[in-house]
Amino acid sequence: MPVQCEELGRVLTASVSGEVDHHAAKALMNELNRRVDAALPGRLELDMGGVTFMDSSGIAVVLRSWKRMRQLGGSMTLRAVPPQAAKVLKAAGVDKLIPWEE
Amino acid sequence: MKPVNEAKITFLSRSANEGFARTAAACFAAQLDPTLDEINDIKTAVSEAVTNCIVHAYPEALGLVTLRLRLFEDNVLEIMVKDAGVGIPDVEKARKPLFTTGGDDRSGMGFTIMESFMDKLKVRSLPGKGTTVTMRRRISRRLQA
Repeated sequence: MPVQCEELGRVLTASVSGEVDHHAAKALMNELNRRVDAALPGRLELDMGGVTFMDSSGIAVVLRSWKRMRQLGGSMTLRAVPPQAAKVLKAAGVDKLIPWEE
Repeated sequence: MKPVNEAKITFLSRSANEGFARTAAACFAAQLDPTLDEINDIKTAVSEAVTNCIVHAYPEALGLVTLRLRLFEDNVLEIMVKDAGVGIPDVEKARKPLFTTGGDDRSGMGFTIMESFMDKLKVRSLPGKGTTVTMRRRISRRLQA
């Protein structure tokens, strides 16, 4: 599961691509945690433009990153959420919790 | 009602097969000429059902998962996902949004997504014997150009 990260000031942009299912979620979650803990950003921007499929495993990945950012006193934004992933995240009310752009 | 077409696949409960199962279901459904949104809903629901087997039905060992796909004359796709795993002690509780025994790694939204993405969801489970999830979704008929 590729995650490409870019740090600009206190903003960490993490671009996720591929299929985010249970098979891929653990490695993705670990990688995101590792990058956030290394960068300690003020804001995490999760760019989901490259996500070709997501199921409820992805909800847990997103919520875990959001909780970690809150612990760090920072914020999180979802960016470029594709329609299929958006429908899954909305089913869990993630859109009411985390600011995002589709 | 008798199905007009049927396919059945049995595979090991390895997480690599999650992608295989939802793609196979999408390929089978393609004969109904579904929209991209319909295909995505089917893939998502199958992914949830199969993931449940892999995470919950066979927590310590590998087991077999059967995916049965059926087509009916009224453009209804029926998806059955069956395992012979540990079973669910309280199905009603398991179907509730956010309920999970999977800890922080799982969202507890699997059944909620199956229910809201499909027209019908039936869950039958016997502790120690296994679980069968049956879902139905009517595919819209599109006007031919």
